[in-house]
Amino acid sequence: MKSGSRLERVLSAGHFAVTAELGPPQSADAENIRKKAQHCLGKVDGANVTDNQTAIVRMSSIAAGAIALSCGVEPVVQMVCRDRNRIAMQSDILGAAALGIKNILCLSGDHQRFGNHPQAAGVYDLDSMQLIDMVRRMRDDKTFLCGDPIKTCEPRLFIGAAANPFADPLSFRVTRLAKKIAAGADFIQTQCIFDVDRFEHYMRMVVDRGLHEKVYIMAGLTPVRSERALQYMKDEVPGMFVPDALIARMAAVEVKEAKKEEGIKICLEMIERIKNIEGVRGIHLMPIGWESITPVILERAGLLPRPEVPASA
Amino acid sequence: MIVADRKPLDEILGSIEPYQKIALMGCGGCVTICFSGGTKAVELLASQIRMARQMAGNPIEIIECTPERQCEFEFIDTFKDQLSSVGAVLSIACGVGVQTMNEHFADAITIPGLNTKFMGYPVEHALWQERCAGCGDCVLHWTGGLCPVARCAKRLFNGPCGGSSGGRCEVDKEVDCVWQLIHDRLEKFDKLENLEIVRPAKDWRPSTNAGQRKVKFEEAML
Repeated sequence: MKSGSRLERVLSAGHFAVTAELGPPQSADAENIRKKAQHCLGKVDGANVTDNQTAIVRMSSIAAGAIALSCGVEPVVQMVCRDRNRIAMQSDILGAAALGIKNILCLSGDHQRFGNHPQAAGVYDLDSMQLIDMVRRMRDDKTFLCGDPIKTCEPRLFIGAAANPFADPLSFRVTRLAKKIAAGADFIQTQCIFDVDRFEHYMRMVVDRGLHEKVYIMAGLTPVRSERALQYMKDEVPGMFVPDALIARMAAVEVKEAKKEEGIKICLEMIERIKNIEGVRGIHLMPIGWESITPVILERAGLLPRPEVPASA
Repeated sequence: MIVADRKPLDEILGSIEPYQKIALMGCGGCVTICFSGGTKAVELLASQIRMARQMAGNPIEIIECTPERQCEFEFIDTFKDQLSSVGAVLSIACGVGVQTMNEHFADAITIPGLNTKFMGYPVEHALWQERCAGCGDCVLHWTGGLCPVARCAKRLFNGPCGGSSGGRCEVDKEVDCVWQLIHDRLEKFDKLENLEIVRPAKDWRPSTNAGQRKVKFEEAML
């Protein structure tokens, strides 16, 4: 075991894993995290605690992750390269591990231009690839990035990375995944998938290169309640691919409550198809602003209860 | 070349407000090419200032001068005598010119009239784009000659990121994704293997992170 995290144990035992997103509040409200953690408790194998997502200031992902952990929910702490240099990042990695955090997701981060402090200096001392490599060195080589040894208690973290199967240039996407694996990624969570055909095509290329045997790939899914949300993602979120047929399907439903149900159905259909794609080892749910739907979808998808996996020695 | 842009007139007027006589000094180098600091720019700005000050009932005398380059002593020395009579110099050169003036003519204060932007070139008439960040450790040999340090909004070394879409950068859709360009150029020269390697963390010491930088050319030293 690299980290002994629940997520690692579930994946390595061959179970279909489930993670979901848990966004920290724009305040110091610990109760907010505890409430959101209740939606995840016993329902997911890991809760992704986002790191100032969309570059809007929120409670630290490590602090919020520690609160989630105290509620019995295992966090996948996200860390972005936008706000910290390699000194601060390594310091925070040590701190996270010391607080009992066992999963980390390494990201470049949404550019500060999109957030509520567009005046901020973007740090980008490292890129996401180099961050993955740094965490792997700290864990496996027991060294800091500079080469100095970590003499005791190296951070034992299960290392995650993101992949966008739909961004350009498409031909490079599988290469970039291979690089993340070479850098040290243990698991991958993909960008939101709305076009399963395209994702299947991507996964075939992944399988052809044998990459699915080197990393656990979890498919990212976002349940939506309206065609407006889909249209927004299609138009405004770069590297997101939303088929028009899907938008039309949501638009055809008139009543608000029925739209919600349609959104759930779409998500369930996708889960069913994705489960059968070779190389996919789990799903990552990102119900933006709709966290309460996570347990509902998992229940109806037959993904509950979560498997028992013995804690590592 | 160094590309610079004129400061708003109100800001310039504010910074020269206490002075009744100034020198307005342009530069015959980069800023002449980008229209912000050559002889013509000096003439134009001088007349704008005179007019504004006249209207404000606080007239000003302006000596206009444009050395070949404001960043070298031998060129600015040509104007030594004229400068001795002014309390302030308004410089419309880059930040290097302003500092050369302040250090070489220490008795007068030299005030900037431009905002120095970047090193770049005109991609079309009257449109300049950044091309070099002066990071001190050039990577262009493996990137197909296109710079991710100056041109990627996240300074990625293992790009493109997941926001590259239709050849455009997610941060500014008017801007090309340099990693898409790098990819296409390496593909053209059959060198895509350059993108397969995990590029390690950059050593930023040769960049602006280790204090003021200097370059010494031993062979030419007197």
